[in-house]
Amino acid sequence: MSEVKDYKYIGQRTIRPDGFDKVTGRANFGADLTLPGMLWARVKRSPYAHARIIDIDTSKAEALAGVMAVATAADFPAIASETLQMGETSADIRDLARNNLALEKVLYHGHAVAAVAAVSQTIADQAVELIEVEYAELTPVMDVLEAIKDDAPILHDDLFTAGLAETPETPSNIAMRMELKKGDIDAGFAEADVIVEREYQTPTVHQGYIEPHACTVRYDEDGQSMIWCCTQGHFDVRASTAKILNMELSKIKVIASEIGGGFGGKTTIYLEPVALVLSKKSGRPVKLVMNREEVFRASGPGSATRSWIKVGARKDGTITAMQGILHYEAGAFKGSPMAPGVMCVFTPYDVANVHIEGFDVVVNKPKVAAYRAPGAPQAEFAAESAINELADKLDMDPIELRLKNAAKEGTQAIYGPKFKAIGLVECLEAAKNSAHYKSPLGKNQGRSIAAGFWFNAGMSSSVVINMNPDGTVVVVEGSPDIGGSRASMAMMAAEELGIAVEKIKPIIADTDGVGLNSTTGGSRTTFATGMAIIEAAQDVVKQMKERAAAVWNVTLDQVDWVDGVAVNTADEARLSAAEICAAAGSTGGPISARASLTARGAGPSFAVHVADVEVDPDTGKVDVIRYTAIQDAGKAIHPGYVEGQYQGGAAQGIGWALNEEYIYDENGVLENAGYLDYRIPLASDLPMIETVIVEVPNPFHPYGVRGVGESSIIPPLAAVSSAVSNAIGVRMSELPCSPPRVLKAIQSRDN
Amino acid sequence: MVVIEYEAPQSLGEAVKLLSDCTDKPARVLAGGTDLIVQLRSQVGGPQLIVDLKKIPEMMDAVLDENGLSLGPSMCCAELTARQDIKTVYPGLVEAAYLIGSTQIQGRASVGGNLCNSSPAADTIPALIAIAAECLIIGPDGERQVPVEDFVTGVGENCMASDEILKRIIVPLPAAGTADAYLRFIPRTEMDIAVAGAGVSVTLDNNGICTAARIVIGAVAPTALLVPAAAEALVGSDMNDTALQNAAAAASAASSPIDDLRGTIEYRQHVVGVLTRRAAVIAADRVKEK
Repeated sequence: MSEVKDYKYIGQRTIRPDGFDKVTGRANFGADLTLPGMLWARVKRSPYAHARIIDIDTSKAEALAGVMAVATAADFPAIASETLQMGETSADIRDLARNNLALEKVLYHGHAVAAVAAVSQTIADQAVELIEVEYAELTPVMDVLEAIKDDAPILHDDLFTAGLAETPETPSNIAMRMELKKGDIDAGFAEADVIVEREYQTPTVHQGYIEPHACTVRYDEDGQSMIWCCTQGHFDVRASTAKILNMELSKIKVIASEIGGGFGGKTTIYLEPVALVLSKKSGRPVKLVMNREEVFRASGPGSATRSWIKVGARKDGTITAMQGILHYEAGAFKGSPMAPGVMCVFTPYDVANVHIEGFDVVVNKPKVAAYRAPGAPQAEFAAESAINELADKLDMDPIELRLKNAAKEGTQAIYGPKFKAIGLVECLEAAKNSAHYKSPLGKNQGRSIAAGFWFNAGMSSSVVINMNPDGTVVVVEGSPDIGGSRASMAMMAAEELGIAVEKIKPIIADTDGVGLNSTTGGSRTTFATGMAIIEAAQDVVKQMKERAAAVWNVTLDQVDWVDGVAVNTADEARLSAAEICAAAGSTGGPISARASLTARGAGPSFAVHVADVEVDPDTGKVDVIRYTAIQDAGKAIHPGYVEGQYQGGAAQGIGWALNEEYIYDENGVLENAGYLDYRIPLASDLPMIETVIVEVPNPFHPYGVRGVGESSIIPPLAAVSSAVSNAIGVRMSELPCSPPRVLKAIQSRDN
Repeated sequence: MVVIEYEAPQSLGEAVKLLSDCTDKPARVLAGGTDLIVQLRSQVGGPQLIVDLKKIPEMMDAVLDENGLSLGPSMCCAELTARQDIKTVYPGLVEAAYLIGSTQIQGRASVGGNLCNSSPAADTIPALIAIAAECLIIGPDGERQVPVEDFVTGVGENCMASDEILKRIIVPLPAAGTADAYLRFIPRTEMDIAVAGAGVSVTLDNNGICTAARIVIGAVAPTALLVPAAAEALVGSDMNDTALQNAAAAASAASSPIDDLRGTIEYRQHVVGVLTRRAAVIAADRVKEK
C-alpha cells in the first residue's frame, strides 16, 4: 500500500536524457543505420484489394544488373497457426507471415507479394516493376456491414466464426463473436423512464506516427543475425521473426533504434523477416524502408467500427440498463481490438443490467494494428455520446449524470475485477469545478464532456543496475522509450538510490543485453519497468550498505542509507556511493543488481475531458476553442511528460473526431495515402490543451503509479462530437465531424 | 540507370536555349521546386533535364512603381510576403502567396511556380486574375504577354510551349478606391490544398458604391474562373447583403466542381459562394480603411 511520502526526485520536471540527441539530430532512427556492403530493398505490392495469386515470375527482376536477391512467400517456411502475444494485442503468427508476404491471395491494395534487394535503391525500385504477378481478381469487401452479409465474398476459406455455441461449418468473415452480460437487460430497460438508442460509426484511422517503418538487417554465414529497427518492442520483433523464419531466439539480436512515434502502430512487424530472407539469400546486409505511401497502404491502421448503443435511466438519472453491439474491422486478418472494446465500453458506470456483443470482422483493408488504448476510443465514443444524449433527455448536467452512476472502489467491473481505488469520481469533480466548465459560451459555440476508461497493462520487465566505480549509475532497461520513459526510469532509480538524477544514465539494451521485456504498450513501461527499477535499486542500496558495514566491521542494522551516503549510526562515519563503488573490487566485487518481474495490479486510469467548439454555420468547419484534459495518474513521476501524454492523446482524439479518415474508392484503393489529405491536427488547429493531473494512488505500486499513456485518446471523440452536436442542435453520430458532414447536418436541421 | 541533368543558367537567353536545344529528352524548369521535386519522387519517367532559374537575377526580384508591379516569377513567397509596399497595394495577392505551404516551404515556393504548375487549386491564380495580372513569356521567337485567365488552359496545363519561360508577372496599378482579397477553404488552418477559393477585387466610389469588380473562383473548375455575373451583381450596389448574396449565388452557379476526397460537388458549390461573399466584404472594408 502506498502512502503519502515526500519525494526528492519523483514529481520534478527533469531534463530528458534523450533530449540533446533528438534536438541536435544526432539520434539514430529506424532508417539511419548503414552497413558496409549493404543492399537496398523494395517491396512489390498488390494493385488489387482482393485477388488470387496465380503466378509470380521474378526472372526478369533477377536478371537485372545489380539485383542481388528476390524474395516471395515461397522463401518462408510453412508454419502452423499459433497465437503470439504482441504488446497489448496478440497475433496469429501464420497470418503475420502472410501479411509480411502474401501467400495464395492478396487481401488488400498494397499487400506485399515480393521483395527485391539490389545495390542501389533505384535498381531495387526498377526491379520491383519487372516482377510479373498474375492475379485472378476478386470482389473486395470494404465495409464491416457488407462483410457480415450472408452473400459477402469470403476472404479466408478457413476462417470459421469463433465464440458461437456451435462451431459453424461454413467459413465467414466474422472471425469471432464475444458477449458479456450482467443482470437482466430487458428488466433493466423496463425500469427505465428514458431510453436513448442510436447507431454510431467511426472510420479507419492512422496512428499518425511521423517515422515510417524501417529496418537494416544482417544474416551471417554462421546463422547469427542482427536486426536494427524502429519498434515499440524489440523482444516481440525477435519472437515473431524467429517464428516466421523458424529460427532460434538466440540467433537473432534485435536493436531498437530511436523511434519517431508508434502509438501502437509499431507493435507488429512488416519488414524484418522479408529483409532477413533477402540478406540470407544475398549474403549482404539489407536496408528496407517504407515510404509514406506504403505506411498508409500497407501498415496497420486503427479499426473502423459500427456500433449500436441503447441506454435506459430512471428520471433521477439512475442508469438501469446499457446495451451495445459493436462491430470492429480487423482488416485482412482476424484480430481487431474488439475484445477490449467490449470489455471497456460501459466500464466507467456501475450499472446492474448490461449486455454487450462484439464482432471481429475481416475486410479488404490492411490488418489493423494497435492504436493507443486499442478498441476503446471507438466503443467509448458510442457509449459516451449516448450518455450525453441521455443527459439532454433527462435535462441533467452530463457530469452530474456520470457522477450518479460512476464506477468507484468496490464496483464489480464487467470484465472481471472488482475495482480497488480508482479516480473517475475525482476526475469528474475536477471537471465540474474547473474554470473552463463554468465559463460562458458565445454564438455558434458548444460544449460537452466525455469520460474514458482504460485497463492498463503490467506484463514482463527486466532491468539491470550497474554501479560505476565513481558512484555514477547505468540503468539498463529493455523498454523502447516512446514517451519520455527514460527520464522516469532515471528519476525512480535516483529516488531509491538517493543519487542525483544527472548521475544516472538509462539505456535501452538490445535483446542480447538484458532479460526479456514485453513491448512498450498498454501504458505499462513507467508502471512495470519502473517497478523492476525500484526493486533493483533497493537491492543496490542493500549491497552498498553491506559493503559499508564490512568496511566499518559493524552489523548491517547499524548502517543507514541517507541521500546516497552510508552512515554508521554508532559513530556517524560516512561513506559516499562513490567511495563504496571505488573500493568495491576489494569488498566483494563490482556492485550490480537485477530485477525481472511480471507486474500485477496495473491500476486503471480514468480520464474526463471538456471540449468547447465553435462551428462556422456557413461552411461546417469546427474549431476547438478551449479544451481541458483531466486524468488520474495515480502518482505522476514526471508531471511534464504526464501532461504531454494527456495533451498528445487529446490532440489525436480531436483529429479522430474532426477530420481523420481513410477514404477508399470502389476498388478498395486508398485515396489519401499521405499527410496532405489524411488530416491530423496541426499545432495551429488546436488551442493550448489545459491539463489537470488527478492523483488517486494505485495501491499495487510502491509510488502509486498508474499508466497514463492511453486513456487520454478516449474521451475526445465523444467530447468534441457532442460539443458540435450542442453547437448546431443536431446529434453527430458519425465520425469524423468533417466540414461537409457538419454542413449537411446544419442544412438538414434548417430544412 | 536514370540520369537527370541539372543546369543553372545565368541568363534567360541561356535558359531558353537549353530548353529549345533539348529535343531528345523531357525537360522541366525548376523554380522553388516545391511541386517539381515532389513529382520527381513519385513519377516514373519524369524529366531528364532540369533547368534551374534561380540563378537568373531578373527571375528573382520585384519592382513596384507608378506602372504597377513587375514580379520576378521565381521570387520566393517568403520574400514577397515580407514586402510591405506590395502588400499595401495588393493585399489579396500577398495573402494568397502566404497560404502556400508552411513557413519552410515559403522559403522556396514562388508565385511563378504556383502559376506554371497550373493546378486548379492554386491559391495565387484567382488572386492574380482578380487584379488583372498578365504573364510576360519569353521563348526562342521573342516575348509575348497573356492575361493570367488565358494563361492557364486546363488541369496542370498552360499556354506555354516546352521552350518558353514565364519571364515576369505584370500587374497594373489598381484604380483609386480599389482593394483585393483572397480566401480559400481548407478543413484545417494551414498546410492544405484549397477545397474552394475566391479572389475578389472591388472599386468603390466616395459614396461606397461599387463601380467595378473582378471575382474569380478557384478549385471549383478545371481552371480558375473569372465570373463576370458575380461582379455585375456587385456593381452599382453599396455592397449590401442582397448584392453580396447575388454575387455568391452567381459564383456558385458558375462553378463546375468535381467530387473528390477533398470535397463533394454540392459542398464546393456552396462554399465557393460563401468565400466569394466573405472576400468581397473584406475587399470593401479594405477600400474603406484606405
